[in-house]
Amino acid sequence: MKLSGAQIVWESLVREGVEVVFGISGGAVIHLYHALPEYPIHHVLMRHEQAAAHAADGYARATGKVGVCMATSGPGATNLVTGLATAYMDSSPVVAITGQVATPFIGKDAFQEVDITGITLPITKHNYLVTEVEALPMVIKEAFHIARTGRPGPVLIDIAKDAQAATLEYEYPQEVNLPGYRPTLIGNPRQIKQAAQLINQAERPVIIAGHGVTLAGAEAELRELVEKAHIPVVNTLLGISTIPETHPLCLGMGGMHGEAYANKALQEADLVVALGSRFDDRLTGSVSTFAPHARIIHVDVDPAEIGKNVRADLPVVGDLKNILQALLPLVEPTSHPDWINKIDEWRAVSAEHDILRQETDDLIPQYVVRQIWHATKGHVIVVSDVGQNQMWEAQYFLHHKPRGLISSGGLGTMGFALPAAIGVQMGKPKEMVWVSAGDGGFQMNIQELATVVQEKLPLKIAILNNGFLGMVRQWQQLFFEGRYSGTPLLGPDFAKVAEAYGIPGFTVREKSQVVPVIEQVMAIDGPALIDFVVVQEENVYPMVKPGGSIGDMLQRPNSKFKVQSSKFKAQKGGGRDEAHDSRFDGR
Amino acid sequence: MRHTIVALMEDKPGVLNRISSLFRRRNFNIESLTVGHSETPGISRMTIVTEGDSAIVEQVQKQLYKLINVTKVTNVTDEPTVFRELALIKVTADGATRSEITSLVDIFRAKVVDVAPDSLMIEITGTEDKVDSLVGLLRPFGIREMVRTGRVAMVRGNSRQRGNETIRQ
Repeated sequence: MKLSGAQIVWESLVREGVEVVFGISGGAVIHLYHALPEYPIHHVLMRHEQAAAHAADGYARATGKVGVCMATSGPGATNLVTGLATAYMDSSPVVAITGQVATPFIGKDAFQEVDITGITLPITKHNYLVTEVEALPMVIKEAFHIARTGRPGPVLIDIAKDAQAATLEYEYPQEVNLPGYRPTLIGNPRQIKQAAQLINQAERPVIIAGHGVTLAGAEAELRELVEKAHIPVVNTLLGISTIPETHPLCLGMGGMHGEAYANKALQEADLVVALGSRFDDRLTGSVSTFAPHARIIHVDVDPAEIGKNVRADLPVVGDLKNILQALLPLVEPTSHPDWINKIDEWRAVSAEHDILRQETDDLIPQYVVRQIWHATKGHVIVVSDVGQNQMWEAQYFLHHKPRGLISSGGLGTMGFALPAAIGVQMGKPKEMVWVSAGDGGFQMNIQELATVVQEKLPLKIAILNNGFLGMVRQWQQLFFEGRYSGTPLLGPDFAKVAEAYGIPGFTVREKSQVVPVIEQVMAIDGPALIDFVVVQEENVYPMVKPGGSIGDMLQRPNSKFKVQSSKFKAQKGGGRDEAHDSRFDGR
Repeated sequence: MRHTIVALMEDKPGVLNRISSLFRRRNFNIESLTVGHSETPGISRMTIVTEGDSAIVEQVQKQLYKLINVTKVTNVTDEPTVFRELALIKVTADGATRSEITSLVDIFRAKVVDVAPDSLMIEITGTEDKVDSLVGLLRPFGIREMVRTGRVAMVRGNSRQRGNETIRQ
């Protein structure tokens, strides 16, 4: 079968099981797009390549399959960079295909030429520049293999235009030959045995469940271990939804904005079992004071994570599902009533600080998140953006099914939520998908509302609109003398913007409107957007001070923390209602 | 502490770039890095000298091994290893000093590889210490140019079996 390089790409993608590709066309991928209609692959035309990468990433996180994005050379390729870095930091299996200028022009600073393999070197698991059509089938085979195995990650394939046009007798390889790439999948039996011993001996054990649990599909094994050995679980941000958050042994998220009782459990534990977590600094706080009384078992598929941030007393390297399956028979059924009671006492203290217990008529963001949870009963996938809104989502939405929360953890990419949700909805067409974003992040990829409409995706979009880049504002309030430099944020009337794209838009300013509007939106057969105009200076609590110990958390002050921000308010000329009218007139 | 790491890698375009990019990105310190062919066609062999405590060097090894094109990583620091470096040194020499320089060259079992009316080019092979010593002795005569290859290393005896402390857990 004689095929062009472009046809080889699509044919190979079909054989890899790819059903959808997110991309934008251009001069250096014109051969690829010319061949596309011959193949049973749905192409989602995004409005920005960054969004294409996020969509592929979201698709991968929601389905566990490899997400594919495509862009042209030069600016198309560089626009992918943030999305690839996001996928790399969160170990998401993505294959990015970019066009490159024709081989004779490479290195000549040709029109729309950029060295994208050089640029993406540190943010991809591996990448390829293909200048000869003969190399293409094996490169694609290898790229998918590398992206989805071991510790998953993004792989970029840059294909010169002439290699797309050249033809080849096509044969797709059955196997890859990568002598330098053999991920460890089976855990060392001796270490697993030792892990079981440590677990059986522990009096105050805690599990940290990270994204690796999801990536390995080990949620059932995690739950079995938790219940058999009676070990409470602290989730990392990306580990949320690996165990139902309504489970009595689930302590929710730990770390900088984690639950105080979860952090306290880590600090008091005599054994920490980290499953698929890389001990991010947002989880550990100051490493030197982290879990001071605990022996640490670190289970990860990536040997380079062992000892990178936190000392491991016992490492186990391999596929988490395999390891837990081998571990479970060695673990004795037990219970730790004293330990759990102690944690529950801390939990009760934390609950007293919960703002939802306070009587207020203010429209607070935590209330909005909790009401979305109530209305959906948690049976939805939430794609959250980054910042305060992300933390409130993590704290107040109780996820109870795997892959229920999708968020940019490691890179913390504002603007992630909407495009990622497009990928999530493409991969999970029958699920209800909610976007939860702030007004800052949402404006970073707001153009993707057009993609939502073009693809008829029934996304429900909630904007927690506080008129600030809120997380930075919170830091300025707490640690930088309340000087709100570069954080007050003018936004458009989001409901009107949605309407302009053909999406029903709602604005909620009163607490009493929250539930009715959420219910109204859920009844809509199609996309809808709600702009929740929430109180402006609400903070995320509790909080570990930057560089501090996670055992030492700032709790919500009892009397509301007020800061002199009159200067800022004068600039804005009052509330945001006025601003909606006046801000754009003067331009 | 100073560590010597030997890495084998597929001879693919960009592999050197991947390694130097890794060292820069992870903030690892390279003292010297040499690369050339190994005994196997298509496989290059790199000797890296890096400074750091054992935790850092363990990270260096693990991160190197994560590169898809890297097939084997060995820390030979604690192995019985032969270390060598080659240097070419062009030193000012006239009739008055030439014989004094050549006698130093003899003592170090180095070689004079080029003679010009006002200079000599000397080739020396040995450990860094030996090269340093000769350089120190030649400096008063006036070193005009110098190039050093950086360290290459090979474990003594049945090294392929003994030295393969590969990072693979």
